[in-house]
Amino acid sequence: MADLSATASEVVEEPEARATRRPLGPTFKLGAVVVGLVLLAALVSFVWTPYNPELVDPRERLLGPSASHWLGTDKFGRDVFSQILVGARITLFVGVIAVGLAALIGTPIGIIAAMSRRKSVSETLLRGSDLVLATPALLLAIMFGAVFGASTLTAMIAIGIATIPAFLRLARSGTLQVMATEYIMAARIAGRPPLAIATRHVLPNIAGLVIIQGSVAFAIAVLAEAALSFLGFGTPPPTPSWGRMLQESQELITSNPLLLLWPALAIALAVLGFNLLGDGLRDRFDPKLEARR
Amino acid sequence: MSPLLRNAASRLAVFFASIVIASILIFAFMSILPGDPARVALGVNASPEAVRALHAQFGTDRPLPVQYLHWVTGLPRGDFGTSYVSQATIGPQIADRLLVTLWLVITAMIVSIFIAVPLGILAALRHRRMSGLAVSGLSQVGIAIPGFVAGIGLIYVFAVKLRLFPSGGWTPPAEDPPAFLKQLVLPVLSLGLVQAAILTRYVRSAVLDVLQEDYIRTALAKGLGSFRTLVRHGLRNAAIPVVTVLGLQLTTLLIGAVVIERVFVIPGLGSLLLDGVANRDLLLVQGVVMLLVVAALLINFVVDLLYTILDPRLRGA
Amino acid sequence: MTTQIDPARRGAGVAPSEAVLTVEGLNVSAGDVPLVKDVSFSLAAGERVGLIGESGSGKSLTATSLMGLLGEGLQASGSIRLAGVSHDLVGASPKQLAKLRGRQMTMVFQEPMTALNPTMRVVDQVAEVMLIHGTADSRAAARKASVDMLERVRLPDPERAAKAYPHQLSGGQRQRVVLAIALANDPKVLLCDEPTTALDVTVQSQMLDLIAAGVAERGAALLFITHDLAVVATVCERVLVMYGGRIVEAGPVEEVFTNPRHRYTEGLLAASDLESSDDSGRLNTIPGTVPPAGRFPSGCVFRNRCAHADQTCAELPPWMGAAAHGHACWHPGGTDER
Repeated sequence: MADLSATASEVVEEPEARATRRPLGPTFKLGAVVVGLVLLAALVSFVWTPYNPELVDPRERLLGPSASHWLGTDKFGRDVFSQILVGARITLFVGVIAVGLAALIGTPIGIIAAMSRRKSVSETLLRGSDLVLATPALLLAIMFGAVFGASTLTAMIAIGIATIPAFLRLARSGTLQVMATEYIMAARIAGRPPLAIATRHVLPNIAGLVIIQGSVAFAIAVLAEAALSFLGFGTPPPTPSWGRMLQESQELITSNPLLLLWPALAIALAVLGFNLLGDGLRDRFDPKLEARR
Repeated sequence: MSPLLRNAASRLAVFFASIVIASILIFAFMSILPGDPARVALGVNASPEAVRALHAQFGTDRPLPVQYLHWVTGLPRGDFGTSYVSQATIGPQIADRLLVTLWLVITAMIVSIFIAVPLGILAALRHRRMSGLAVSGLSQVGIAIPGFVAGIGLIYVFAVKLRLFPSGGWTPPAEDPPAFLKQLVLPVLSLGLVQAAILTRYVRSAVLDVLQEDYIRTALAKGLGSFRTLVRHGLRNAAIPVVTVLGLQLTTLLIGAVVIERVFVIPGLGSLLLDGVANRDLLLVQGVVMLLVVAALLINFVVDLLYTILDPRLRGA
Repeated sequence: MTTQIDPARRGAGVAPSEAVLTVEGLNVSAGDVPLVKDVSFSLAAGERVGLIGESGSGKSLTATSLMGLLGEGLQASGSIRLAGVSHDLVGASPKQLAKLRGRQMTMVFQEPMTALNPTMRVVDQVAEVMLIHGTADSRAAARKASVDMLERVRLPDPERAAKAYPHQLSGGQRQRVVLAIALANDPKVLLCDEPTTALDVTVQSQMLDLIAAGVAERGAALLFITHDLAVVATVCERVLVMYGGRIVEAGPVEEVFTNPRHRYTEGLLAASDLESSDDSGRLNTIPGTVPPAGRFPSGCVFRNRCAHADQTCAELPPWMGAAAHGHACWHPGGTDER
C-alpha cells in the first residue's frame, strides 16, 4: 500500500522552483505530431492521391497490399490508401466545422450567462444548455438525417449543436472565475461597460481553456463522425469516409480483415492525436493543474 | 418544508418542464419531414379518397397542435401510437427492444465500473511510478478507440480467429441461458471496455484531487493508516465527482448501444430506431427518440439528487 | 487567562534524559537540495517552546518531519526520539509512526477551513482518533467523550456542533475541533503550525488560551511554530529562531526578545517594532529577501543580508552557549549578561 502521506503532502513540500513557465511537454509534442500526420494526409490528398479513391474497378477487387496498391483495394476495387487520404479531409472538415460552430456559439452565450446580472437570463441559458446536453450528438444526427437526409452537412451541424453545451459551461465557469477577481470587480464598479470587460479581460483569460476544450471536442467529433458514417448517417457514397469504410468492409471480416484495420487505425490515431494535444495543452495552460503534476 | 425537500421539488419541476419542452421540440422537428405518410403507405397511384380516408384514420388531417397533444398525452400510458408504415402498435415493439438494450447497457456499466474504479485508484496512488503511468497510457489509447471499432476488433479476434464467442445475434435469456450469455460477452466488452477507459481517467483525477486536500493530512496526523485514510476519507469524497460522470456514462452507453447493436446484429432499441429511419416510420422514430431523451433527462435528474445526498454541503443548511 | 509558569523552571531547558522529545541533527532535503540542516533541540514535559521563522526558513518542514508526514521526494536523516518509545522516529516504518501519531504526538495545522472531512460529521471525526488508538472502549463511549472534548474546547452548544458537518461551522470553530482531536488522547507532545494565522484577531487570543490550557492540563510539551513574535511572547517560555533551515538562536523568550544575539533575530525584532524607525525615518526592515529553498549561502546562512558580515562568516559559525540557550553567529550583538 503506497504511503499516502507522500501523495498527500506533495503540494506543501515542493520547493518553489516552479516559478518558471512549464515547457510544452512530450504529451503535447506527440499529439502535435499525430495531428500533423492527419493534417498532412488531408492536405496531400488535395494535390495527389495514388489513385482516384472513387474509381470503381471490378477487376481489381479485394487485392491485398502490394507495390501498386499500398494498402490494397476494397470490394469495389477502390484503392484503400487513397480512400484513407481523402477520408482524412472529411474527418478534419467535420471536426473543424462542428467544433467551430460549437465554440463560436457556446462561448459567447456562456460568457453572457455568467455576466448577466439578471438571474432569469443566466438560469434559462443554463437550463437550456442542460436540455441540449441531454441529447447526444448521435441522436441529433440521426434525427437530422431522418428529416433532412444524411449528409456531411447534417452530421456537422448535429455534432456542432450537441457540443455547444460543453463550451457554454466552460465559458461560463471560466468567466465566473474571472469576474470574481478584484481587478474585474473594480472595473465593474468604475462603470466599465460589460462588453469591454468581456472582450478585454474575460476572453483573453478563458482563451486557453477554450482551446483545450476545442482539442478535446475535436476528438469527440471525430468519434461521432466515424460512428455516424458507420451507421450510414454521415458522408454518403461515393465520397470516402473512414467510418463508412468500416461499415462496407464488415461483412468481409473473415476473408479480408485488413480492410477493417486501416480505417480503424486512422480513426484511433486521429482521436488519440487530438486527445494528447488537449492533454498537453492542459498541462501547460490550466492553472488548476499548477500544484499537482 | 425542509431545504432538502424544497430542492428536490424544484428539481422535479425542472425535470418535468424539460420533458415537455423536449417533446415539443421533437414533435415539431419530425413534422418538418416532407412527404405524406398516407401516400407512402398506399403507393403513388393511390386515389385521393383512399389517401384522405387513411389520413382520417391516422389522425394526420387534424391541425398539428392537436396531433401533438394526442401523441404526448398517450406517452405516459405507454401509448406511442400506431405506425403508419407497419400498422403495428409502437408501444409493445419499444418495450421488447428496450429490455434487450437494457441488458446490454447495464451489464456494460457494471463491467466498466469494476474495471475502472480499482485501476483509477491504482493510477492515482502510483501516478509517478511505472504502473500508474502505464494505466494512464493505456486509458489514453482506450478512449481513442470508438466502441464499434473495438467491437469489430473483438469479433475478429474472439469470433473469427478463436471461435470462442458468436459474432452476433441474440437469444432471450429465458430461452437458452448459455447461448444468451455467450452472445452477451463481446458486445458488453465493446461497450464496457471503452467506457472503462474513460471512467478510469475520471477516477484517477478525482482521487488525485482528493488526496491533495488538507483533511487527508489531518487523517494521517490522527494516526490512520494509508489504506484506511484512503477508504474512509478519500473515496467518500472522490465519489462525488465520479457519480456525476457515471450518469453521463449511462447516457453515453445508451447511445453507444445504438451502434453496437448494428455491429452485433442485436434487436435492441438502437436497431429499432435505425430501421424506423430507413423505413421513414415517422411515429416510430419520434417515439424512440422521445424515450431516449427522457431516459437521459431522468439519469441527469437522479444524478443531481444523488449529488445532493452524497455531499452535505449541497443540502442548503 | 494565562497559565502560570514555574519561575524556577522558566527557560532552563532540560537535560536530554528528562526530555519528552529530543531532536538531534535533523536534516531534511529534497534530493540534493538541503532544506533543513542540523536542527537539534529538546522539549521537556509541560514546556512551551516557540519556533520562529519566516516562510522559507524550514520551520513547517521541521514539524512535518517530526510527525513523519514528509512528502515524496523529501528525505530526513538524524534522530528524533520520543520518551517511552524505544525506536528512533527517523527511519521508522509507516506502521510504527501511525501508532504514535494522534496518540503520543499530535499536530494542529494552519488552515482550519479545509482541515476537516466535509462529508463526515464532527463527532465522528473526533471519535475516530480515539477509536483508532483504542482510548475509548466503544463507539458510543467515543462519541460521548468527543462531545466532552468539544465542550472543553469551548464550542458553543457542543451537542449540536457534534452532529454538524464542518461547513456549518466557522473557521474558529473548526480549529477548535482540530484542537479537540489533537488533545483527545492526551498526547505527550503537541505541535502547532501557525494555528491562529488564518483566524480573526478576536478569535486568535481565545484559541491561544485554549492551546495553553490544553497542554497545561495534560502536562504535554508544546512546539508552537509561527512567524508572529507577539504570539510567541504570549504563549511560550522558550524560543528557537530558525533561518535558512538552521536554528540560529535559542533561549528563554524574555531574554532572546530583549537581548537578541544573532543578527537575524535582531533584525526580526527591529522589524516588528512599529514604533521605531531607522535613520531615514522608515520602518526597520532586514535588507534583501529570503533566498529560495536550498539557495542559502554557504557558511553562515544569513551572511548575504547581514550588515556585520565579513570573511569569517564564510565558515559555518559554531553554536555558542548552552544547548537550550545560545546562538550561532561570528559577530553577535547584545551582551553576554544573563
